[in-house]
Amino acid sequence: MTEKPVYTEFHPRWYRTRVSTYWWLDRTPYVKFILRELSSIFVAFFVVITLLQIRALGQGPQAYPAFQQRLQAPIMVILNILSLLFVLFHTITWFNLTPKAIVLRVRGRRLPDLLIAAPNYVAWLVVSGVIAWIVTGG
Amino acid sequence: MADKITLEVARYDPERHTEPTFEKYEVPFRKDWVILDALNYIKDRLDGSLSYRWSCRTGICGSCGMMVDGEPKLTCATFLSSYAPGPVRVEALRNFPIVRDLVIEMTDFMVKLKKVKPWIVRENEKPISQGEYLQTPEQLENYKQFSMCINCLLCYAACPVYGLDNLFTGPAAIALAQRYNLDSRDVGARERREILSDHEGIWGCTFVGECTEVCPKHVDPAGAIQQYKVDAAIDWFKSFLLPRGAK
Amino acid sequence: MDSSSHDVLLVGGGGAGLRAAIAVAEVNPKLSVAVVSKVYPMRSHTVSAEGGAAGVARPDDSLDEHAYDTISGGDWLCDQDAVEAFVKEAREELLQMEHWGCPWSREPDGRIAVRPFGGMKKERTWFAADKTGFHMLHTLFQTSLKYNAITRYDEWFVTKLLVDDGRVQGVVAIELMSGKIQAITSKAVIVCTGGCGKVFPFTTNANIKNGDGMALAYRAGCPLKDMEFVQYHPTGLPFTGILITEAARAEGGYMLNKDGYRYLQDYDLGKPQPGPVLRTMELGPRDRLSQAFVKENEKGRTIEGPYGPVVHLDLRHLGAKLINTKLPFVRELCLKYQNIDPIKELIPVRPVVHYMMGGVHTNMNGATPIKGLYAAGEVACVSINGANRLGSNSLPELLVFGARAGKSAAAFASDQRPAGSAALTQAMDEQRRLEEQFLRKAGGRERVATIREEMQKAVESGAGIYRTAKTLQESANKLQELQERFPNIALDDHSRTFNTELTSALELSFMLDVATSIVQCALHRKESRGAHQRTDFPGRNDTEYLAHSLVTRKEDGSSQLKYLPVTITRWPPGQRVYGR
Repeated sequence: MTEKPVYTEFHPRWYRTRVSTYWWLDRTPYVKFILRELSSIFVAFFVVITLLQIRALGQGPQAYPAFQQRLQAPIMVILNILSLLFVLFHTITWFNLTPKAIVLRVRGRRLPDLLIAAPNYVAWLVVSGVIAWIVTGG
Repeated sequence: MADKITLEVARYDPERHTEPTFEKYEVPFRKDWVILDALNYIKDRLDGSLSYRWSCRTGICGSCGMMVDGEPKLTCATFLSSYAPGPVRVEALRNFPIVRDLVIEMTDFMVKLKKVKPWIVRENEKPISQGEYLQTPEQLENYKQFSMCINCLLCYAACPVYGLDNLFTGPAAIALAQRYNLDSRDVGARERREILSDHEGIWGCTFVGECTEVCPKHVDPAGAIQQYKVDAAIDWFKSFLLPRGAK
Repeated sequence: MDSSSHDVLLVGGGGAGLRAAIAVAEVNPKLSVAVVSKVYPMRSHTVSAEGGAAGVARPDDSLDEHAYDTISGGDWLCDQDAVEAFVKEAREELLQMEHWGCPWSREPDGRIAVRPFGGMKKERTWFAADKTGFHMLHTLFQTSLKYNAITRYDEWFVTKLLVDDGRVQGVVAIELMSGKIQAITSKAVIVCTGGCGKVFPFTTNANIKNGDGMALAYRAGCPLKDMEFVQYHPTGLPFTGILITEAARAEGGYMLNKDGYRYLQDYDLGKPQPGPVLRTMELGPRDRLSQAFVKENEKGRTIEGPYGPVVHLDLRHLGAKLINTKLPFVRELCLKYQNIDPIKELIPVRPVVHYMMGGVHTNMNGATPIKGLYAAGEVACVSINGANRLGSNSLPELLVFGARAGKSAAAFASDQRPAGSAALTQAMDEQRRLEEQFLRKAGGRERVATIREEMQKAVESGAGIYRTAKTLQESANKLQELQERFPNIALDDHSRTFNTELTSALELSFMLDVATSIVQCALHRKESRGAHQRTDFPGRNDTEYLAHSLVTRKEDGSSQLKYLPVTITRWPPGQRVYGR
């Protein structure tokens, strides 16, 4: 605040604390929250890579190995690993939060959180398995 | 066990100070004493000019919320012994303007509470002589949790969204709106959704989840807001797909 | 001096105040209603009531049975016409609460659930889990937000009622946030400030229960009624006053003295058995248990704790499983607010002051003898509670008489002139008094807390569970001394902004007046009835004292006592049968 308001009788002057730019470093949950928000950039990164990959595929058999070549650059490997970690973090925290948003009742009893979160993980495993099966040429 | 513990209490008198400063007080350290008891000791024996709100000392009136070592707490339910050997820092609740010492200005919440229409809305009233509206224990269970809010405002102090932009309606007010939405006697959900569907309403929440963590009554405001979002989204889709049939 | 004006003004925003405010707004939406409260309404002490609210709900029950339980429980000091109206309207009011959204506990088919309660012979206690008062208060508060006619003055502290020409014309209040002193005029005032437990050292009452409204009315010339009747609860935690419910004893808890001996067997309460037996030992009537504590203390067999003598409530032998399933709330309270685990530790308990049967003298419509002044809730004495209130009658009382007071104040205010200039002159005098005696006051040597503690001790020792002329006289003298010392208080705080030292000083001066009225009424009632037990006059005396005490303040500050006959309609005085 540049100018300080002056107290006048019967008009209380409230003190307003300013939120620091680094408020999110105050508590672990806040840090986690900001990391989760930040992870969206890496999700976007994966999306862009995938789109580029599809484009490379469309450009014919010569273009694709060149694209693969570029992916092997150390910086790209690092970015990919980082993105994988962030996306995993995003996925797991997201799955764990689903019970908060979805309340299902069976015969008047609220389903325990685990039963809401677990199907997400099961679906994830199944989809991953199917993809792995296709990739490994099963 | 030491027999004394030091409290660092934020002091601010707008008539004399430009910003809060900390003052140290030494108080007896007792197993059954909570932070509030220590504040009362200070006020009664050491410094009568310390201002703070309190009333029931049993965690139901919601008056005595403060920051204790940086975390929002009901000071009547926070033992000194959890902070041994001290010092313990006590400040006014974060994210609110400070009126004096540990007293915050909370009109903002009162305005928001009224805005979400926290009362039963009905199309037609049944006369009292015809008795009660039937409500099964299951129907009661649907909203019961959200009716436990004591308006202590710890959730607002924990919410960074509210801290950054206090136009956000905030956890407790939205949870109370949801309390009435889920009540089988109420038909006001639509009216409330119109009020809460803007950026300052439910969509302002970025799901940090800290409101639920600090709630002393296990109200789970974060859950209320997410459920609200799901309902609002489904409703929107319905009105989009079935413009006429949707209700 | 600033002023504002309304038609009906409520002092206090708890259950009774909010019910009254809604009643005014519904009866005549044209009237402007002000709710002036020293705390935000949802902080009011109604929030702490746990047990429930009585109202006839089942076909096997009847209004007459509820009335009879209330009257016999009150040791025939209740006004029976008021009780008849009360039991009839209690049910309607509780249904009204249901329509406003109160989350009453339910039967599987969706009807309201009722449960048994001490002193009630039929199941008629409506409840919202173990937080009935909390849910009622929040339902009323949230519902009140609907009415635009209601203006709230949150955190305004009323210091005086303005009375001119025999009629109440408003109040003077301090806005805590700014320190501004303002006249708020009105055509009718309803006082709903609740009880005065903080006059005593050990109480279940919240910090804000200072008898403000009783003192305001008393100073305005309105009589206080039956002030000697103060209800104790036998098992509260010392210091915090947290209640440990009867359920803890009903499940088999033991009351032990310093030798670990179940001392209740020495007080004609039956022989000790390992398990709980209805109406014997630990399950004897509340007042008998409280009285046994005093006797045991006189014999030097209580335990000296940091806050005075206690006995122990032992639940350890019940085991973790039973405590966790049947008494989770008891364990939670002990753990969360007193750092004691009843599974492993003894719980220190003692009798604590719980409820004030007496209060501002009103009729069945909440009207006091002063024109335009009404009162409802614990602050008032109608009287339906007589010499002893029955558990779960206080919540319906604040609804029934809150609504009645609201309706009659609305009718009264509809054809009154606005406040005259004399009222504003009085307000300015009051402002001057506050400035001189408190805000600009320099010097002084007494601490507010010291006088308060001495007062609490004096009231407890004289007008505690057992009273005699001698101890009461000593208390009266001590209170007189404290009244004289009070002007010499020193205030550390000279800020205008949220000055809570100022409010605690004002509360203390209110409490000194209320304490004096309690002691005076107790001194003059030379009999034992309900909660008023005189060891020098052990029996009930219907020939002389089947009457309400009325204490009025005289010009010189001294008090004057009169008696008013009890209204008997259909239930002639009988023997009060203990138990449930």
